[in-house]
Amino acid sequence: MVTGKVISVNGPIVKASGLARIKMFDIAEVGPHRLIGEVIRLAGGVTVIQVYEDNTGLKPGDEVVSSCRPLSVLLGPGLIANIYDGIQRPLVGISEVCGSYIEKGIKLPALDMEKRWAFSPLVTAGAALRGGCVLGEIRESPLVVHRVLLPPGVSGTLTGIAAAGEYTIDEEIYTLDTATGTYTGKLAGYWPVRSPRPFRLKKKPFIPLMTGQRVIDTFFPIARGGTAAIPGGFGTGKTMTQHALAKWCNADIIVYIGCGERGNEMTDVLTEFPNLIDERNGRPLIERTVMIANTSNMPVPAREVSIYTGVTIAEFYRDMGYSVAVMADSTSRWAEALRELSSRLGDMPAEEGFPPYLATRLAEFYERAGLVETLSGHDGDITIIGAVSPPGGDFSEPVTQHTSRFVRCFWALDKILADARHYPSISWTDSYTEYLHDIEAWWRTLDSQWLSLRNEVMNILLDDHRLQQLVKLVGTDALPQTQQFVLFAAEMIKNAFLQQNSFDPIDKYCSPEKQLKLLKTFLTLYRKGSQLVHAGVSLKEIKALDVMSELVRLKSEVPNQDTARIDEYGKRLATELDSLKELLTGV
Amino acid sequence: MAVEIEYTCLSEISGPLIFVRGVRGVGFGEIVEIRDGSSAVRTGQTLEVDEDSAVVQVFEGTSGLSVEGMRVTFVGRPLEIPVDRDMLGRVFDGLGRPIDGAPQVITDNLKDINGLPVNPWSREYPRDFIQTGISAIDGMNTLIRGQKLPIFSASGMPHNLIAAQIARQAMILSAKEEFTVIFAAMGVKFDMARFFIDSLEESGVLTHSAIFLSLADAPSIERLITPRVALTLAEHLAFDEGMHVLVILTDMTNYCESLRELSSSRGEIPSRKGYPGYLYSDLASIYERAGRLKGHRGSITQMPILTMPSDDISHPVPDLTGYITEGQIVLERELFNKGIYPPIAGLPSLSRLMKDGIGEGHTRKDHAEVAAQLFASYAKVKRIRALEAIVGEEELSSLDRVYLKFGTAFEEEFLSQGPEENRSIEQTLDLGWRMLSLLPQEELYRICAEDLHKFYIPSKERGECQR
Repeated sequence: MVTGKVISVNGPIVKASGLARIKMFDIAEVGPHRLIGEVIRLAGGVTVIQVYEDNTGLKPGDEVVSSCRPLSVLLGPGLIANIYDGIQRPLVGISEVCGSYIEKGIKLPALDMEKRWAFSPLVTAGAALRGGCVLGEIRESPLVVHRVLLPPGVSGTLTGIAAAGEYTIDEEIYTLDTATGTYTGKLAGYWPVRSPRPFRLKKKPFIPLMTGQRVIDTFFPIARGGTAAIPGGFGTGKTMTQHALAKWCNADIIVYIGCGERGNEMTDVLTEFPNLIDERNGRPLIERTVMIANTSNMPVPAREVSIYTGVTIAEFYRDMGYSVAVMADSTSRWAEALRELSSRLGDMPAEEGFPPYLATRLAEFYERAGLVETLSGHDGDITIIGAVSPPGGDFSEPVTQHTSRFVRCFWALDKILADARHYPSISWTDSYTEYLHDIEAWWRTLDSQWLSLRNEVMNILLDDHRLQQLVKLVGTDALPQTQQFVLFAAEMIKNAFLQQNSFDPIDKYCSPEKQLKLLKTFLTLYRKGSQLVHAGVSLKEIKALDVMSELVRLKSEVPNQDTARIDEYGKRLATELDSLKELLTGV
Repeated sequence: MAVEIEYTCLSEISGPLIFVRGVRGVGFGEIVEIRDGSSAVRTGQTLEVDEDSAVVQVFEGTSGLSVEGMRVTFVGRPLEIPVDRDMLGRVFDGLGRPIDGAPQVITDNLKDINGLPVNPWSREYPRDFIQTGISAIDGMNTLIRGQKLPIFSASGMPHNLIAAQIARQAMILSAKEEFTVIFAAMGVKFDMARFFIDSLEESGVLTHSAIFLSLADAPSIERLITPRVALTLAEHLAFDEGMHVLVILTDMTNYCESLRELSSSRGEIPSRKGYPGYLYSDLASIYERAGRLKGHRGSITQMPILTMPSDDISHPVPDLTGYITEGQIVLERELFNKGIYPPIAGLPSLSRLMKDGIGEGHTRKDHAEVAAQLFASYAKVKRIRALEAIVGEEELSSLDRVYLKFGTAFEEEFLSQGPEENRSIEQTLDLGWRMLSLLPQEELYRICAEDLHKFYIPSKERGECQR
């Protein structure tokens, strides 16, 4: 423990002297309220500390103490279904202590110290163990089996382990004979947030993360262990898209980081997730979710650290062999926190006032995603999906630009689509994914032609985009029938496939099988329709077919379990289209 | 209680800031009293402190101050105002001091104007629909109790008229519950403030309102305090007294300009258009003070008004506001020029909390679909109009021409209404259906078959309906 005193205060940046031996990124407690802060610069006997709480009233001369430990999160059973602020203080506990507002200086343990967890050991005394191996199991929630791991870096011979039974996270569970002496372990332990947890090796992602959102899964898929950015101006539905992904993607664990965003949005997640049932296992979605909420009105430095807190928790579950998806909403607010702190430190700014190390920090963050072989030899993965809020919706600003360099999936949200309430407003012309070929093998198990089907439909959309430029100048009617048919087919694809209602009980989640069948239906329409139009059938006749009005409603009327109805519809569609041909030849 | 020490060593005065030397034991964010030779006392706040000096922002401005002969006292606590129910029916200046001639409210209940951040866990998700009586809002951008919904306006447009209409009509309906309006004016002209006061008076609700005025001639730095003072009172009324409070803040653009002024005199690194990099966080510390809390009856609904410099929605002030607030009501020059009141733009306006506050049990089952279909169809109208401008109406297809008819009707009948006209939600939705029924049924793809059957008005019947 070292002590020093405050020499100056400028917003959340506090300078202190007399803190000998303190290291970069160590935690320091400042002033009479013992506000939590982190060392961010050391210069000639002066320690610069960013304080994570409101420090109004802090005076030069106030005491600063530090135990010279880095900012860490407590990892153990009880994280699931919990909600924390940016520095892992439990918000539920805080509300029990100080009511509706967060009072400063409050300190509470991140995990319940009293709760007894049913632990069952999986190893026996005498075993030679290395860091990361599984010691036992706990049923953390009905959806999550928590694997108790030996912390990375510890190895030796197990000399004792608790018998199956109920223990708190504060009880000693096992002892290990290591090269440096006896090591005693508990169910929970600390890990510094700014250091990525180690793994054996990184692998190439190959399984798609199924999100149930057609525009993503079919057109711009992401692999488990991948990275994606969702950039969009305000009102384009970034948060709505993040929510939909958090609800329906098939990861085992969701870490949802509300970073500098609205308080009510977190409340929405908190009120909705306990009531939403995951179709795959019939359990509430909250049972696989960890939430970090550092809303826009909460202290800015804690916002900067919140994404690290979140991703460290994600790594913890990855190391147990789970597939984890991290939603960071919004990384722009994180970058702004970085800018605010760096400007108070007097750093020389780079673009738009952002510090020159913005790109490095973004790269480091996204690099914590990936499919890995864990220290225990299992596969685990982290997918990071970060929202980006470019000022004025202008994608040329630094955060969007740098982010796009480090992610492999870019879901650009389009203002025009959002204005027409076409959600998800993911643009099919500006978005891209680099995972298409990585995950193709998976889709081929459903249909060997998947990629070519997908590309064919994509080409209709791109043709449409090109023709729309023309339509803007001459109108639809001036185009030949064949081109008008392309416009019609594309319109159908937009309304009946790309557009998806996340509040509709059926449409909110679309299974891969259903997506594939819908895709084929559009191709039936397009292939047969273009032949007909080429042969001289008018578009009007095609539009007038009875089956047409049903097409738009398939997505919301056919449940995932009942996709045979789409096949049946496809047959009727084909028959009716063929009947037009017969009329033609009959004439 | 420590003895208050007076300091006389001012080293520099720059813009709204004074730099005091030789100080000891001064806290960050503490309130400062500054006395020049006269009897007047100015108030300020420390922005930066180190071992022997402090930087102080002076709310009343620094004109008339000198580095010589000033006496500066640090009072040892942050800026607090008294809050009490008795403040309703009163008029205050931008710092919360009465200016209506009546004495200061007597209460021991002092509150820090910066408040404390609300714990997201303790928030109650807002779901109660507020009927404003304006179709463009109720039907398509529904206001919810506890929401923060700004009006993005521009010079010359009737944002004040709309805000006053909302304040008036929203109040009439909630006669059963206690409803109050808190009006905070920042850097606006006197006649505009007068208009609001008169309008509240006419509807007989002035006695239930509190008014904070930091007019255009007040020192600009005072505007940084005004919204916080108003919200501190709002929090007391909503969460201690259980009232439903509507807070109107106008004009947030002036507030942001004051912040820019302060930031530049501190020599901070500017971000976009000279605004400080922390503008987002600063605005959030105001806007996020809206909402509902678990276990409390009351609510704070915020309606900030801002003017977009040269009608530019990507200007930092509307842009950052839109990222924080739960939607926005955008006023459109084109509609305004057509003479449509309220000129609420169809497409860029949005209410994010609408989805949970409408539908069965709140408004009507078909509400969401009607709104979605109106948005989608009106978006198409905009596209067709752009085309029409190039190829002329004759070249348009017959369906396109039907859309144009729908567009005109939508603007002139649905959007447009009188400043005194108060439409019920039923009337608004029925009107919406009448507009949609101008389009062929198969164009209404956002509406389920059942509702289409129930509400769609076939063309034969429509003739009678319109009359």
